[in-house]
Amino acid sequence: MRTILKQALLLNPEQKLNQKNDLMIEDGVIVKIGSLKEDDYKSAQVIECENKICVPGLFDMHVHLREPGREDEETVETGSNAAAAGGFTGVACMPNTTPDIDSAEIVRFIKEKSKEHLVDVYPVGAATLSRKGEALSPMYELFEAGAVAFSDDGVAIKSAEILRNVLEYSKNFGAPVIEHCEDESMAEGAMNEGLVSTTLGLPGIPSVAEDLIVARDIMVAEFTGGKVHIAHISSKNSVELVRQAKKRGLNVTAEAAPHHFSLTEESLKTYDTNYKMNPPLRTRTDVEAIIEGLKDGTIDCIASDHAPHAIEEKEMEFIYAPNGILGLETQLGLVLSELVHKKKLTISQLVEKMSINPRKILNISVPLIKEGEKANLTVIDPEIIWTVDISKFKSKAKNSPFDKRLLTGKSFAVINKGKIYMNESFRQI
Amino acid sequence: MDIKAKIIDQEGLNRTLTRLAHEILEKNKGSNNLVLIGMRTRGEFIAERIREKIKEIDKSDPNFGVLDITLYRDDFRTRLKQPEVSVTNITIDLNDRDIILIDDVLYTGRTVRAALDALMDLGRPNTIQLCVLVDRGHRELPIRADFIGKNIPTSINEEVRVRIKETDGEDAVYLVNAPNKN
Amino acid sequence: MSLSNRHLLGLNGVSREDLQLILDTATTFREVLERPIKKVPTLQGKTIVNLFFEDSTRTRISFELAQKRLSADTINFSTSTSSVKKGETFKDTVRNIEAMKVDMIVVRHKSAGVPQYLTRISKANIINAGDGLHEHPTQGLLDMYSIRERLGKIEGLKVCIVGDVAHSRVALSNIFGLKTMGAEVSVCGPMTMIPYGIESLGVKVYTTIDEAIKKNDVLNVLRIQLERNAGTRIPSLREYHNYFGITTERINRLNKEILILHPGPINRGVEISSEVADGPYQVILDQVTNGVAVRMAVLYLLGTMH
Repeated sequence: MRTILKQALLLNPEQKLNQKNDLMIEDGVIVKIGSLKEDDYKSAQVIECENKICVPGLFDMHVHLREPGREDEETVETGSNAAAAGGFTGVACMPNTTPDIDSAEIVRFIKEKSKEHLVDVYPVGAATLSRKGEALSPMYELFEAGAVAFSDDGVAIKSAEILRNVLEYSKNFGAPVIEHCEDESMAEGAMNEGLVSTTLGLPGIPSVAEDLIVARDIMVAEFTGGKVHIAHISSKNSVELVRQAKKRGLNVTAEAAPHHFSLTEESLKTYDTNYKMNPPLRTRTDVEAIIEGLKDGTIDCIASDHAPHAIEEKEMEFIYAPNGILGLETQLGLVLSELVHKKKLTISQLVEKMSINPRKILNISVPLIKEGEKANLTVIDPEIIWTVDISKFKSKAKNSPFDKRLLTGKSFAVINKGKIYMNESFRQI
Repeated sequence: MDIKAKIIDQEGLNRTLTRLAHEILEKNKGSNNLVLIGMRTRGEFIAERIREKIKEIDKSDPNFGVLDITLYRDDFRTRLKQPEVSVTNITIDLNDRDIILIDDVLYTGRTVRAALDALMDLGRPNTIQLCVLVDRGHRELPIRADFIGKNIPTSINEEVRVRIKETDGEDAVYLVNAPNKN
Repeated sequence: MSLSNRHLLGLNGVSREDLQLILDTATTFREVLERPIKKVPTLQGKTIVNLFFEDSTRTRISFELAQKRLSADTINFSTSTSSVKKGETFKDTVRNIEAMKVDMIVVRHKSAGVPQYLTRISKANIINAGDGLHEHPTQGLLDMYSIRERLGKIEGLKVCIVGDVAHSRVALSNIFGLKTMGAEVSVCGPMTMIPYGIESLGVKVYTTIDEAIKKNDVLNVLRIQLERNAGTRIPSLREYHNYFGITTERINRLNKEILILHPGPINRGVEISSEVADGPYQVILDQVTNGVAVRMAVLYLLGTMH
């Protein structure tokens, strides 16, 4: 089988590649770039890619696939479909499933479930047993079974002492520790604490709850020499803490979620539970700090924190509704609309933050756009204007605050493992 | 206001009120046990005038009160505008009294029905007698007035407008064409 | 004259005209409450559900009485267990109740925003009887009514809300309503009980109770909820009383005439001493009577609206 991407802009900052050219794929491998002959077109499927950008497959390092345990909300398969529709060829899934990903069996179970799918799924193992912060999970075993990082996501690793041990122990095999930064004792609320929470009468979570744990984690990372990755950073002071840590040369990285640079706490004024998330939506000042952090490299990646919830769970009284929103199918559109088209990030920076950096942090090799390499690609249509429609989501859940939002730019096609996803369907290539 | 005819002028109104006062006194053999109750808003002022007449004629000052029947209306669901409520001001005990309920125009009888319900909630009077300045007919309930200033047979397309100095700047009663309901 | 909104969700954003209309209408019902037969047929045939997801005997009784005095049919649905625990979603609970053809819903809930949510899933008029730490608009209105009844006006008065402002829905409704009516509103209490950003609402913060008494015409004294505060936000009730409690001794020392409101139930000897609670300056029981009149006014204005 032969497929030709005709006249795409081939872009991979990792290879310093930035050229408009034809690209030929045969049996899932890039066989030729440029100077195609008439012969090459024989029995080839030609995909017109004028005005489209072909980049190494996008990677979302923070998603919740809910399997095992809550298959009613999402499964490895439906989540992977959503990822493909959103332009991703790889995702890392968080361990807060039921049971938690704290045994090698569950790592293997998820790997097995995703084996045949276009999208690569990399489980993140629980750092501690049942994410309780008391005893270490069998991290070595999880790593060998395929876990690429460790986290107690949903909560921060409970104590500094356990965090220290997790960081020390993971040094043996170089896996990063992903931290959900939030001081438990200050995190009883339902939204960001501030004037808006006071006016709405909702209990607040102050941004200092996040900053405290970011500061703790940076200090313990410095002390141990371990590798800490700050998940879904959301507050201005936290961004500054990471910036300083990087200046000091520490092994600290960070990611931000699209909702934290495209929405503020003002959105909660209607008490719509689709705006309830953790970390909560914060202020305009925080949003600006996140964007600044993305621009200057303080924040390495953009990750969705894709968190599917059943309709009946979100249609609940605000304080009881669960945190989180879907992200996989709106993320690329939001990054293009809010950051690239508004000249906050270049398209090369987008590729770094959505493809290259997440893989580097997780020690996964970055796909190259090069003859002889396996084709792991996302073709982006940066100018297409479309309206988000949750009823068309591939995800099983529908909890998105971005329904009906007009976005500019989305994924046109993704290619990986000898398969292509385009026009809402998968095919072998 | 699309006037068809002026039915009562200032002098006529004065004469009519004097007559009504006489009739009330005559029927009730004085003003001792009387309570004059005016229905907001014009009935209140007509009642006030009748009270003045009784003072002149009988040298007595009958008890007096003002009734707001908004809360007893039966047309909340059909009216386009929400009626404004105001306060009922009846300070004396109505038990065993003879009540003269006073309003400007008697038409369907529904307002009077509401007033009767309202009065019953305030006590158990000996009698309730109805006094109106104008009876224009078209009753929808079995209600009749005891004292009538003037009977004015009207068509359904006409309205009777009572204007009095206190609220409208003049004393007069007009027959007008009903404003187009479309 | 009609209200400009068919629900009463809070006093935030309610216009001065609407507040005035409710307070004026309440005067009518105050008169009805003095009659031998304290009942009018105004809301005959209307069905009102009191949906109480949180215990509140007083507010529920006050609403129920107001409804009965307007001749409405009332149903009480009280449960302190959340729908989450029952397995039925909140939405299903409400849809079920609405299917019984109700015209108005009076709702009390632990979570802020539930009344707003109800307006999206129900066709009934919604009245907020207290949602989370958000608002309790009829309490705010009856406080304003009581102040106006006693002092003849609201505009220009200085009103201080004393106590656990951060955990009070009464406080926010008072702040929004009183400010719209032209009063100056302040708060006073231990800083652990003053919510973030309250100054941005145009509210002054007093740190000592003596100064608050000295500078204000009215004190609205909030209940200190023992269970919410045990040891974490105030050291003890005794210390609270010693530094923030309203006592005759304190009022006399400052030689000050001041009107005292309290939404009830009172913790005597904590936020207010018995002498003050029974003394000449308080209108605490008037507030209860006025509560029925104000709620009748709100029910009337919303229930007869087109």
